[in-house]
Amino acid sequence: MNNDLTLAQILISAFALTLGAATPYLYASIGEIFSQRSGVLNLGVEGTMLMGAFVAIFFASDKGLQIDPAIGFLAAMIVGGLMGLLSAVINVTLKAEQGISGIGMTLFGLGMSSLLFKMLADGVITATVFPKLNIRGLSDLPVVGEIFFQQNALVYVAFALVPISVWILNKTTWGLQIRAVGQNPKAADAMGVNVNRVRYSTVILGGVFAGAAGAALSIGLTGVFQENMTAGRGFIAVALVYFGGWSPWRAMLGALLFSAANNLQIWAQILDVRIGNSPIPSNLLGMIPYILTILALVFARQRHSLEPAALTKPFERGEN
Amino acid sequence: MNPTNILPSGHKRIDHAELMGIVKRFPGVLANDHINFDVKAGEIHALLGENGAGKSTLMKILYGLYKPDEGEIRLNGQPVVFHSPADALTQGIGMIHQHFMLVPTLTVAENVALGMKSGLVMDLKQVKKRLVELSAVYGLKINPDAYVWQLSVGEQQRVEIVKALYRGGALIILDEPTAVLTPQEVKELFVTLRQMREQGHALIFITHKLYEVQTLSDRITVMRDGRSVDTIANNGVEQRTLARMMVGRDVQFQVDRPVVPIGEVKLSVRGLSATNDQDLPALKHISLDVRAGEIMGVAGVSGNGQRELAECIAGLRKATGGEVFLNGKSILGLPVLDRLNAGLSFVPEERNRHGIIGSFSVAENAILQNHGEPAFKRGMLFNFGAIARHTDDLIQRFNVKTPTRETPIKNLSGGNIQKLILARELSRHPAVLIAAQPTRGVDIGATEYIRNILIQQRSEQVAMLLISEDLDEILALSDRVAVLYEGEIVGIVNREDADVEMLGLMMAGVRHSS
Amino acid sequence: MRIQKRISGGDFTAALAPIIAVILALALAGVLLLILGKNPLEAYASMIEGAFGSDTRIFNTISRAVPLMLVAIGICIAFRGGVINIGAEGQLFVGAVSATAFAVAAGENLTPWLLVPLTLLVGFLGGALWGSVPGYLKARFDVNEILSTVMMNEIAIRLVLFLLGGPMIDPKEVAQGTLIHQSAALPEASWLARLSPPSRLHTGIFIAIIAAVIVYILLWRTPLGYRIRAVGQSRAASLYAGISVPTYLTLALILSGGLAGLAGAVEVTGVTHRMVEGFAVGYGFSGIVVALFGRLHPIGAIPSAFLFGALLTGAERMQRDLQVPSATITALQGLVVLFVVSSDVWVRRRAARRASQKVSEPISADSSIQPIISEAK
Repeated sequence: MNNDLTLAQILISAFALTLGAATPYLYASIGEIFSQRSGVLNLGVEGTMLMGAFVAIFFASDKGLQIDPAIGFLAAMIVGGLMGLLSAVINVTLKAEQGISGIGMTLFGLGMSSLLFKMLADGVITATVFPKLNIRGLSDLPVVGEIFFQQNALVYVAFALVPISVWILNKTTWGLQIRAVGQNPKAADAMGVNVNRVRYSTVILGGVFAGAAGAALSIGLTGVFQENMTAGRGFIAVALVYFGGWSPWRAMLGALLFSAANNLQIWAQILDVRIGNSPIPSNLLGMIPYILTILALVFARQRHSLEPAALTKPFERGEN
Repeated sequence: MNPTNILPSGHKRIDHAELMGIVKRFPGVLANDHINFDVKAGEIHALLGENGAGKSTLMKILYGLYKPDEGEIRLNGQPVVFHSPADALTQGIGMIHQHFMLVPTLTVAENVALGMKSGLVMDLKQVKKRLVELSAVYGLKINPDAYVWQLSVGEQQRVEIVKALYRGGALIILDEPTAVLTPQEVKELFVTLRQMREQGHALIFITHKLYEVQTLSDRITVMRDGRSVDTIANNGVEQRTLARMMVGRDVQFQVDRPVVPIGEVKLSVRGLSATNDQDLPALKHISLDVRAGEIMGVAGVSGNGQRELAECIAGLRKATGGEVFLNGKSILGLPVLDRLNAGLSFVPEERNRHGIIGSFSVAENAILQNHGEPAFKRGMLFNFGAIARHTDDLIQRFNVKTPTRETPIKNLSGGNIQKLILARELSRHPAVLIAAQPTRGVDIGATEYIRNILIQQRSEQVAMLLISEDLDEILALSDRVAVLYEGEIVGIVNREDADVEMLGLMMAGVRHSS
Repeated sequence: MRIQKRISGGDFTAALAPIIAVILALALAGVLLLILGKNPLEAYASMIEGAFGSDTRIFNTISRAVPLMLVAIGICIAFRGGVINIGAEGQLFVGAVSATAFAVAAGENLTPWLLVPLTLLVGFLGGALWGSVPGYLKARFDVNEILSTVMMNEIAIRLVLFLLGGPMIDPKEVAQGTLIHQSAALPEASWLARLSPPSRLHTGIFIAIIAAVIVYILLWRTPLGYRIRAVGQSRAASLYAGISVPTYLTLALILSGGLAGLAGAVEVTGVTHRMVEGFAVGYGFSGIVVALFGRLHPIGAIPSAFLFGALLTGAERMQRDLQVPSATITALQGLVVLFVVSSDVWVRRRAARRASQKVSEPISADSSIQPIISEAK
């Protein structure tokens, strides 16, 4: 095998990896888009992801319940949905300040997942990741097949969710209600739409997807759980919603970009990037996704047509 | 009247709707005190009253937005209970709110489809088809595919009416529907409403404009302080009588305006241009001068550039061109603080948003702009004694009713908030005062008080720009009147030469030749 | 007579709500422990023992409260100014690492009278610098500060790891070849005096309390504080009043970051005397909880910091004695935040109802929500 071929091989697997690593962002961002389009800023994504990540691996691992990873994925979504329900009660019914309640959810999820991790798994847990699912006919294609069609089921589902959610938002009755409630809840209310019920549905769905995002991280990608393993990914997912201007398609582009940035260490090794004679310290490379996030937020600030006018504003019927 | 009991909109007629003994309390307020009210098919029933009289509350109860504390609603003799607007809509009751209940980012058809029972996937085609039919039957032209943000105010109101008809609209409540319309649009609206009456709809028309009540309604109910004063048939009732019922005493329609020497130009606007919040041109090359001791009224239908004019001068909005001079000094490039120090005071249109900080106390709000002045400081710290004296002085001189000066200002009534803002603005001894909608949403007593204060300031050689959508107010106070239409000044006329009809025409864009 | 009377309390329910919140959170965490097979009463007893069991433990609890208090006081400024600063963690790290670098470099050349205040000042400036970035971005580009401060935390964590493993590594570690990632020890002249050895209690407690009083005066008795609060309550009204909104938004985050940086500097000069990996992890987030629990009042932060100092100190004991992970406290803090923000509406409604009963004239029936931070945008 000559050197060029090896490099090509490495590049192909790096691209494939980027696609896979984008899935946690994708699940979380799509969930957050639903929540925000209805007017609720759910900043509890990070904590919900951590809970999802642990629950999923606990169901799948030999050290846990030893059930199928698919059941683990499902369990993560259920736990995420419960966290979403809690978030809906706090943000919608109790009308809490959404920025701060999200921090509470994050701390709660961080603490709970660490607690469960230590008490139920003694601080070490691994599981086999979701098996690769080759799509007949497509996965054998050169290059393209390897990058796109030799992924696990969670990856296919995540990318399929993008067009599905666009369709739901634009073509269904529920989607119309979500858009109306996020733009002008008073008008929606006056037309007989139950504003809080719509918001409950989207915030719970956002929780379900955040749980799925956590599972995609633990049993889809890494096969382990560590304390605080999300390392800000939940917040990056929220940032991607802004970056993507509340559109699932653009959020998907953002997810891919950030996934690539997250794999910078791998890329740096592949491309053998050096400063002087020594490789760039991994801690400095590790900063890049976060710096990129801040830059993305700066450039995402022009006004967007999809921006929900009622974002973060609790709904209450009152005199005009 | 239509002989069958099915309306052209497809809904069954509501022959008789009754509100019986309705009581509604809000914290500290009895908004509705045992109100009886009814409306029949083929009738326009006007509900007349001042701001805060309880009209909107009563109608929101009928529309299911509020639950009454006591009393019941009957439709065709049957008691009904509404838990939400969805229930009222099902019964054929529609409401057209003062602030349109439309989602600007959705199309007309989507707005109409909102809240309707339907399957998983929207059938917008069906909605559009019926919309076209309805708009033909009722003569209301609309484009189902247009986005609401693209429509003019008049068009948006048509959408609201069609929306109500689409859902049945056997009984339609219109909350101050003429407030945002030109006189011409008002005429068209009245034609539509009369047509709907002929077809058997029951209509409730909320207003505080006496003329409209006289012209349009079959019966009139007057409300005051949460009570129903009386319900009378409209057969030649006089405006003066209605006004007395509404206010509870004789109303002084005129303000005494002493003759005041007019001084030099204090505020000069030259070729000012600006855009609105949607980045569309809102002011197109405006020029006007205001002299010391003069009140320049700015009339116009809402949304024709008045807000942008005030905000540009005050520094809340960036101008895209032109110049503004205050005392001969160009101020457009200056930050807000420097404009204030140059002698500008501003009573803002959105007083609860711009004019006060709701959670701050009355005293803290009394020093909103000049809290950094040496008079209010002792060393680096606040001199609370001085601030208290200043506040008490304002409260006393302007008759502001507040429990204490430490009360959060949001707990005060609209009129008292406005009096404090005015007191604060005048305490800074301005050369130029911009008063935007100074009496909107303020009760009659406070309105008279505020108008007298403005006249008094005129005597003290303040140059004043009075922006108001209330033509009576403009005519009562102004020395000259500038009329804005689509961001341009249609004309500036002396008060002596102006009357309501002429200003009304100018507000519709008809240029005055003089 | 005093303008700030209303804010500094008086409303019993407002003061009671966080306490109820903490009791509820403790009860819920107890149920959780029960499910996980631990006796919650035993666990809490062990916590109390760990936090208050002896003079030394009490002093250690107080010492633990010092950085929490400083962070919380800073958070009060930010939140009152309408910026939700979640970046105290990173600001504290950067403050500590700047202070360390300065003290190590300035070394024995300066007298303690100069070295200590300068070291603390450098810490303050480090944190302020870290806070100024999201502050500027919010003021200039309307970048959501919650997200940007979280990102700044992650960057700070990696920055500190990088510095401790490279440029700032203790030369002794290199010489010995052990290469433990930690900085050189601070010169003794830069240490804050211990008040009651063997406990860790040091003079930093006075710094923290003085800071609370100063910030209280700043916020409610000076024009500067007035403007910060005005911007926090209504940007539209501030603009109208000629208050420069971007300036005071940025300033609120700078001051907030500065106090978090000071917390880091005080911790390193008062307790650890060098930067190590895992230094003060979680203090930034706990500080936010302390601030919310103290109802975003700098004086309220004092007792609140003691309470959470006790929780954290007690949790260490609990972990040792009963193998109940200290992560329980993180979860508990999350619950406290959730309870406190959820009770806000209830407290406000009560306050609004009471206020409206006092006013004789009718007021707007809208029991409108006036959050601590109004206007999200």
